[in-house]
Amino acid sequence: MRGRVLWRDGESIGLRTRAGDVVVAPAGEARPGDLVATAAAGGDSAGDGEPPRVVRRWQGGDYPPAGSEVARLPRRRLEALARRAAVLREARRFFDDRDFAEVDVPVRVPAPGLEVHLDAIAAGGGEWLITSPEYQMKRLLAAGLDRIYALCRCSRGGEVGPHHQPEFTMLEWYRGWAGLDDVLRDTEELVAGVALAIARTTRLAYGGRALDLEPPWPRRPVADVMEEWAGVAIRGDEEPGALAERMRGAGIDVGSAVEWDDLFYAAFVSRVEPRLAGLERPLVLDQWPIALAALARPMGGQPEVVERFEAYAGGLELCNAFGELTCAAEQRRRFEADQARRGRDGRPVHAIDERLMAALAEGLPPSAGNALGVDRLVMLMTGANDIRDVVWFTADEL
Amino acid sequence: MYDTSDIRKGLKVLMDGSPFTIVEFQFVKPGKGAAFTRTKFKNLLTGAVFERNIRSGEKLEPANVEDKEMQYLYKEGDDFVFMDPSSYEQTTVAAEIIGDDHDLMKDNITVQVLFFNERAVGVTLPNFVILRVTNTEQGAVGNTAAGNVTKPASLETGAVVQVPLFINVGDLLRIDTREKAYVERVKG
Repeated sequence: MRGRVLWRDGESIGLRTRAGDVVVAPAGEARPGDLVATAAAGGDSAGDGEPPRVVRRWQGGDYPPAGSEVARLPRRRLEALARRAAVLREARRFFDDRDFAEVDVPVRVPAPGLEVHLDAIAAGGGEWLITSPEYQMKRLLAAGLDRIYALCRCSRGGEVGPHHQPEFTMLEWYRGWAGLDDVLRDTEELVAGVALAIARTTRLAYGGRALDLEPPWPRRPVADVMEEWAGVAIRGDEEPGALAERMRGAGIDVGSAVEWDDLFYAAFVSRVEPRLAGLERPLVLDQWPIALAALARPMGGQPEVVERFEAYAGGLELCNAFGELTCAAEQRRRFEADQARRGRDGRPVHAIDERLMAALAEGLPPSAGNALGVDRLVMLMTGANDIRDVVWFTADEL
Repeated sequence: MYDTSDIRKGLKVLMDGSPFTIVEFQFVKPGKGAAFTRTKFKNLLTGAVFERNIRSGEKLEPANVEDKEMQYLYKEGDDFVFMDPSSYEQTTVAAEIIGDDHDLMKDNITVQVLFFNERAVGVTLPNFVILRVTNTEQGAVGNTAAGNVTKPASLETGAVVQVPLFINVGDLLRIDTREKAYVERVKG
């Protein structure tokens, strides 16, 4: 009996099956050439006229409704997930080949990220789920590890959308004694290398367009792109009221935004982000204004911008990289400003991670690091335009 | 007031004094930046659609909009009188609110009446209605050579639609109210 094996009853889909294995096909999914047999133990039963025993019937549609009991995944999703596994394998190979040590970071910490737009999820007992492994990995840089990477789950409350899941997989790496350009080279080589390993080409199709991932990638200061696409010149030190006026003049709906960064993002989301989807090359946006610095250090010679880049491909935001700020005093000042802003915005005001501050005070070498969304990378490699197509369990499948 | 987390299809909101319904929405959040919900709104009065990025934290005002199932009773001059079958309350709606559908209004038909701030602002007929032909040329057996495959037919409510040549006076027709077009003949 020959044909294509569909499922092996009662076993995980990760196992290989062999010719002659008996499988059960969900009724309605069997196609000519498929192997359909009874679930009786062993043997070629196609000849004796017994109909296939349907164990579970797939109700149809791409995603099961929330709350329904589902064991089987649609074939298209399984194919995407097989590629996901390959992406993770290639990512590990990339860093292992370059003598990076893979580190494990705790999932639950007392002092999560203080970013003003991120909501950490409470884990009980005064602890929180990490929004990124950054703080712990920087302590390891101070401890003397030069090349580290982590593949870990991060959680961010309230983030659900075509490119967002509340829990997602981050690939974050750091190079001690290196700069932002080194990390950009890593990023280009990693993404192109993954594409070659999986799709055998750096020229992918994504979102109905060609996407050529060949390094080096085009690179532009974010202020240039804002001026060209949003029609608003920004420096970072503008008085918010005046900036809001200029933006309204450029036809941008700023809503009720009063803070500088909210205004920036109103313009970015309405004018810049939609155009990123139409590019056939990745785009690296760098030289971010100091108002959006987070943990990046100011650029030598241009203190009003910081060493930071974000890479976009196929309209997907892939990663966010810093030349790391190593000055403890400046970092504390920024954290305190973040705390004040979170308080104003009605967000929980987390404590400053004093162990991180101690590590910075002890001394971090000049370093650079990047945080890359693995799910986004898998979306590129599978042509998926929804993150739910490339994760094993979506938030509503729990 | 609604939060951005309340945004869903069909949510009725008030903007610039007009009622809108949300037809589409998408969560958008640049990495370290503020979260937005890119939202498409449809004006319930004009039907116009437009898009706005609502930043998380901004509030939306609920619109006092209600869609009530009502029964058409009769015509009073140029106005149409409807009744809420649960409360027996009657509402009179001017012809211009009914618009082009006025000649498809069959007695006792059940419709959706849209109320904004307690005033009727729109009436939606069911997608299909069954109406009788009151006047049409007798079953012509095809002047197809001359290119006529349809002929006009007047319906009991006043509408005139193009029908196939075999349709006769007294026939019951299924009419698509969205296109005001003949769908098929039905058995009485």
